[in-house]
Amino acid sequence: MVEGRGHRGRLVLAHAVLVGFIALVMIPLFMVVSISFRKGNFAIGGILPTPETFSLEHWRMVLGLPVSQPDGTWLEPSVSVLRWFWNSVTIAATSAFLVLLLSSTCAYAFARMRFRGRETILGGLLILQMFPMVLAIIAIYSILEAVGRWVPAIGLDTHPGLILAYLGGIATHIWMIKGYFDSLPVSLEESASIDGATPWQTFRLIMLPTSLPIFAIMFILAFIGLIGEYPLASVILQRTDQWTLAVGANSFLYEQNYLWGDFAATAVLSGLPITLLFLACQRLLVSGLTSGGVKE
Amino acid sequence: MTARILGRILWAAVLGGTLLLAARMALAGAAILGMLLFLCMGLAAWVYTSQRTRASRYLLPGLATFAVFVVMPLVYTVYIAFTNYSGEHLLSEARVRAWFAQDVYAPDDTRYNFRLHPSDVPGFFQVAIALRQGEMGRNLLISRPFTIEEAAAGQPIILGLNIVSPTAPALGIRDIIEARAWLNPARFTPPGSTIPLRLVSLRALGFRLPLWNPDGDNLVNAVTGQILVPDYRRGNFVDHETGEPVGPGWRVWIGAANFRLLFADPAIRAPFLQIFAWNVAFALLSVTLTFAIGVLLASLLQWKALRGRALYRTLLILPYAIPAFIPILVFRGLFNEGYGEINLVLSSLFGIAPRWFTDPWLARAMILIVNTWLGYPYMMIISSGMLQAVPDELYEATAIDGAGPWTNFTRVTLPRIFPPLFPLLIASFAFNFNNFSLIYLLTGGKPDIVGAATVAGTTDLLVSYTFRMAFQDSAARFGFASAVATLLFIVVALLAWQQLRLSTPQAAPAPKGVRRG
Repeated sequence: MVEGRGHRGRLVLAHAVLVGFIALVMIPLFMVVSISFRKGNFAIGGILPTPETFSLEHWRMVLGLPVSQPDGTWLEPSVSVLRWFWNSVTIAATSAFLVLLLSSTCAYAFARMRFRGRETILGGLLILQMFPMVLAIIAIYSILEAVGRWVPAIGLDTHPGLILAYLGGIATHIWMIKGYFDSLPVSLEESASIDGATPWQTFRLIMLPTSLPIFAIMFILAFIGLIGEYPLASVILQRTDQWTLAVGANSFLYEQNYLWGDFAATAVLSGLPITLLFLACQRLLVSGLTSGGVKE
Repeated sequence: MTARILGRILWAAVLGGTLLLAARMALAGAAILGMLLFLCMGLAAWVYTSQRTRASRYLLPGLATFAVFVVMPLVYTVYIAFTNYSGEHLLSEARVRAWFAQDVYAPDDTRYNFRLHPSDVPGFFQVAIALRQGEMGRNLLISRPFTIEEAAAGQPIILGLNIVSPTAPALGIRDIIEARAWLNPARFTPPGSTIPLRLVSLRALGFRLPLWNPDGDNLVNAVTGQILVPDYRRGNFVDHETGEPVGPGWRVWIGAANFRLLFADPAIRAPFLQIFAWNVAFALLSVTLTFAIGVLLASLLQWKALRGRALYRTLLILPYAIPAFIPILVFRGLFNEGYGEINLVLSSLFGIAPRWFTDPWLARAMILIVNTWLGYPYMMIISSGMLQAVPDELYEATAIDGAGPWTNFTRVTLPRIFPPLFPLLIASFAFNFNNFSLIYLLTGGKPDIVGAATVAGTTDLLVSYTFRMAFQDSAARFGFASAVATLLFIVVALLAWQQLRLSTPQAAPAPKGVRRG
């Protein structure tokens, strides 16, 4: 009996700890949602929106609808948050897709072929990838500038240029996909090659279809990683309508022009779909994070 | 079949396009670049047609991209670290000489008013100049008809007394303003003079001579006689007597001077060491805090008697699901000293308003709070994966010994999950060591360190310190920033190498965002 009571007490304690911790973690999220519905950019009438301070002005601004001004006129929003959102989504999705395309063929060669320098290249990839890209921005900037002089469509201040720069980050993906390929049995490929299939055919018709689930996981992980990238995007994209969300959202919090309410609405609008996407694939992603990890 | 034909067509298009581009580069004067492109295309064509290249076909696209956008920038950065590249040494030597060549002086201050006429021949222009100052009707010198291209190229245009004057009326000032781009380089040679006249204002021409005349490698001032000698070790023209640098400098190889500066100059060394110490402490504390909270939560969620675990798990993962830049910026607003919601609550409850962004220790505390909020779910996810692999029999064995949950955790759980998690913890350390976005978006490295010679903040990490030194310091110290970057790379490469050695053949996944650092 004594043990039972202790057990129950511990359960209650565990629930209390979890609920308390979750409440603490949720406060900022709850705050930002309420701020997005609060009139103005400062907490003048209290922190939470009251019936008097409730306003949809920030949401109208973010969705590109005209906002009413104190003097009765309507102001068209000068920046389009939806545009930034679309930029972010297309850039991250294209980059994630191309990264997978480039890294899966490399991973196939590393997993299934034996060639000179294989180990060295694999190790080198991982170590070189550790170099923080922020510090190579001067070099990446000048490379894109040089590229843009000849092919303006993929130069500075263009989305393809930024995507091209993102494609450098393939090393960790090569490692993950190679790890997965290593875990696949080779018997299927061997029987295919006995039937006369070329390596390319075994790759395209056997390896790729069997690896679709892991590709889905990696696509989402790469997408989520890239959609929040700030430093490269802020240097390469210059015109306001080319910006991504991360660059645009930061511009709302400049000291000289502090648009806290507009920022809150932007944060909720842009954070929500990505968060929901992540939570929808939560089980897949978590298993991908752990199973791709360290197996003994 | 159609796929193969389409493939062939695509190939032909890519090859043709590259060939065209290479030809254009070569014709436009970038012969080496065009040649390189041509060679690369040749290499690609060989790889995809030869029978001897098996693995390379699969590796080429990925490794080529990696080489261009990771290896090349890295090599370039290390190279810059050994040069004096900075705001004061931005140009090449040729461009610096061109800068000096643009300097002119007026041998006399006579100004000759001029008029610009369209010539009788379409597409040509003529200039009429009053010989005596101020007179604009009589005694005109008239130029031969010239085209815009001739003027823009600076070809000498002869002035004469016996040239037929144009019949069309002179152009107005507005047209002259528009024509400035090609009138500026125009040179008009009056009869009997070797010095050409050039535009000195919108209405007048005058004599101008280059101020600096080359004398071998040296430059000699035409007015004062000052002699400038190129100093190839400093990348500057210096006065040959005083040794003082004059004018803009150019980029030269300066060896390890940037690295020496880091350790020799106290106004640089002290902030650097302070930032380095904080950087290590920040990464260590971040990993420790997130791991402690993550592993505790994961163990709690492992408890089968606990109901509602799925819901708890989803809610606990939430911070990881939101793209990091959003919560970082949200926290920046919430922590704002003047009108942030956190200080509003604190001041109404306790009457305090901590100065989160001006007090170094509070700023550091805030950064750790935010980073723990961001990072614990990842630790929870990876450790719950490990916890599932701990066999239940182990707990049953200790239960017989009467062990409580804490003993279980420290004696059974931790020793089992820590070794396999160690490489991931190193990866997390490396990621946090270079967590640029967090610092840059949250505090921007501020508050600044007092008495530092460069930009340097008390909350700066080495990455943000380096970035700000290159892009926010008025001196734009690219060379010095690259030296710090090179040191940083060595640290991180050692960590990565350790991780590689420790991890099993399977690759370790990177923590959130590590792909781009």
